[in-house]
Amino acid sequence: MVKVTIDDVQIEVEPGTTILSAARQIGGDVVPPAMCYYSKLPGTGGKCRTCLVEVAQGSEKDPRPMPKLVASCSTPVMDGMVVKNKTSERVHDNRGGVVEFLLINHPLDCPVCDQAGECHLQDLGYEHGSAKTRYEEERRKFDPIDIGNKIKLHMNRCILCYRCVHVANQLTDKRVHGVLHRGEHAEISTYIENAIENDFSGNMIDVCPVGALTDKTFRFKSRVWFLKPMDASCSCTKCSGKAVVWMFGNEIYRVTARKDAYGEVEDQDGKAGWICNDCRFDRKDVSNWTIEGPRKINRHSVISQGQYLSPRDTQKQLTDGNK
Amino acid sequence: MGRRLLLEHDNVPGIETFEVYRKQGGYRSVEKALKSMSPEQVVEEVQKSGLRGRGGAGFPTGMKWSFLAKPEGVSRYLLCNADESEPGTFKDRYLMEKIPHLLIEGMIVSSYALGANTSYIYIRGEYMWVLDILEKAIAEAYASGFLGKNILGSGYDLDLYVAPGGGAYICGEETALIESLEGKRGNPRMKPPFPAVKGLWGCPTVVNNVESIAAVVPIVNDGGDEYAKIGLGKSTGTKLISAGGNLVRPGVYEIEMGITVEEFIYGDDYCRGIANNKKLKACVPGGSSVPILPAHLVTKTAAGEDRLMTYESLADGGFASGSMLGSGGFIVFDEDQCIVRNTWNFARFYAHESCGQCSPCREGTGWMEKVLYRLEHGQGNMRDIDLLAEINKKIEGNTICPLGDAAAWPVAAAIRHFREEFEWHVNHSEEAQKRNYGLLKEVASA
Repeated sequence: MVKVTIDDVQIEVEPGTTILSAARQIGGDVVPPAMCYYSKLPGTGGKCRTCLVEVAQGSEKDPRPMPKLVASCSTPVMDGMVVKNKTSERVHDNRGGVVEFLLINHPLDCPVCDQAGECHLQDLGYEHGSAKTRYEEERRKFDPIDIGNKIKLHMNRCILCYRCVHVANQLTDKRVHGVLHRGEHAEISTYIENAIENDFSGNMIDVCPVGALTDKTFRFKSRVWFLKPMDASCSCTKCSGKAVVWMFGNEIYRVTARKDAYGEVEDQDGKAGWICNDCRFDRKDVSNWTIEGPRKINRHSVISQGQYLSPRDTQKQLTDGNK
Repeated sequence: MGRRLLLEHDNVPGIETFEVYRKQGGYRSVEKALKSMSPEQVVEEVQKSGLRGRGGAGFPTGMKWSFLAKPEGVSRYLLCNADESEPGTFKDRYLMEKIPHLLIEGMIVSSYALGANTSYIYIRGEYMWVLDILEKAIAEAYASGFLGKNILGSGYDLDLYVAPGGGAYICGEETALIESLEGKRGNPRMKPPFPAVKGLWGCPTVVNNVESIAAVVPIVNDGGDEYAKIGLGKSTGTKLISAGGNLVRPGVYEIEMGITVEEFIYGDDYCRGIANNKKLKACVPGGSSVPILPAHLVTKTAAGEDRLMTYESLADGGFASGSMLGSGGFIVFDEDQCIVRNTWNFARFYAHESCGQCSPCREGTGWMEKVLYRLEHGQGNMRDIDLLAEINKKIEGNTICPLGDAAAWPVAAAIRHFREEFEWHVNHSEEAQKRNYGLLKEVASA
């Protein structure tokens, strides 16, 4: 085990653990935000640069600080490493810069975006963004396209985290879904507007941190904070059948995988709990599902505002240690 | 004129053929290394020579070689980076075009030193005719027994291939080069792991510049100590400089490290001064990505000493008053050139060549290009100049690979040294719009 100190909190972790996952073991606000890293998808990370942290001491043996900020999602910890995240002015400053970069070409169409309310870029912009843009140029524009008949791609909103590319790479063996062009003109696409023929392609929607990939069976149906997320299960032969159904009254508006505090799918039966397209797109009737109970939502989330819990329940949830 | 180790025979007719090259003493180093030296001894000679990577970063080649992991039963690879795409740099092209066998000879000796049995020359897509020259030379080397199985009866096998890229600047970054060679999109990888541990197809790999590999030939022939005698301090040996811009005699020169910049620009053996009797205004001494230097800092350092053509002297004063030797793309500007236009031109290049993988580089290079376009075309304002400096700071050091730094440095340096010219563009928007190229006389002299 190696000892690492993140924002003055010490923790012992397995050798080879990244700074980010060590921080997640501590939890709370020492955890750097991550837009592209996804622990369930090998190979992701390093691209968005929002998780940059300062390494004030490289290790016990070599205490020199690292000259540059490092991507915490892909830098392994060393014994005696001292990391600064929220306690570093430099990190705060540069993370603000990265958020500005992510936002300059973002359309900021949150009022009509289905991701609003559960968008990681919104959270990030809220924490690190500024109220005004310094970008006077025209923003990059693409036409929305269909990836198959169930998934819509709004390239304007994409931050090129490559998560969906990694999902597609796992599902298919022909590299059908990837990035075209280069630099500013880079765009996610299937070549060209093809559907991805796979029962699990819908998981691309779940991994998307922004509203670039959305569920066509749910688009414009409702804002997420008007819906009640309920843990539900069904006897599916393709996947674990454990999902979250988002209900309004007795109607199911959409189905997603069960996600943890970092927006990643939770493990089900020891495996990442991806759900299949049948569960996601077709099982929209309550009779398909066994409702297990209300999904616990982070109390800071807009989704838990005006929710189904009475104030007393909310209080109880808080004292029970809802994390 | 100093000693020439690489381009000694570049003007011998027919030097691109095996026969003539061999007659001029070619492939001696292969015979020497394979017959009388162990791979470790070759590495040792290179370490002794103090040779520093000629691709731009100047990392000691011998040290790079010594980092190569050597697990049992795993192949190792040597890759030659011939993806020479830094604006202002054309030395590798000249070398490969003129003396292709020198590179092949270097590849054989270096591969032998590293224990690689398969090596690749990754050449940029725009150099298609050079690819033909190299392939022809490789075929000749195979036919004469210098490549293939059991070279010169030593029991050492080597296969050498030339792989053309698609013409992307980013594929000159070593991990992007490896990705591209593997047939993937040329996106730089996250490091660690470094290529010396996990490179091509997950195997230990060394990536070296064309000139570094060619320099191994004289090092093995004459010994590392002999090579280290040339040059100054930690900048040993000779260096190819591709001089371009407003010079009387631009071209590729092989210089001994340590000559003064003044001699290089004005000397009769080298560039013979600024063309059309103009005055020197600025100089980019190491390819487009290094900071630009104003005239008074080109030939002298801030401390008033002579500026020399060495890694250390060109970097003297840090980024405040120095630059870098980089890849040796020596670009000279005369008094008529517009720094804003040139900076925009560089920024446009980096915006075009950014792979788009990490956000600061993808968005930042494009943003800088647009702001610089506005400034150059008389649509900017004073705020933009500070904005550029800000964007710069947010890109520098925050990206996966050095392309972000390469894009940020020239812009930062141009603002640092030529701020009044940017301000002139803001204050004289009409003139800036009318005029497409070159500064007006009165401004240049002001």
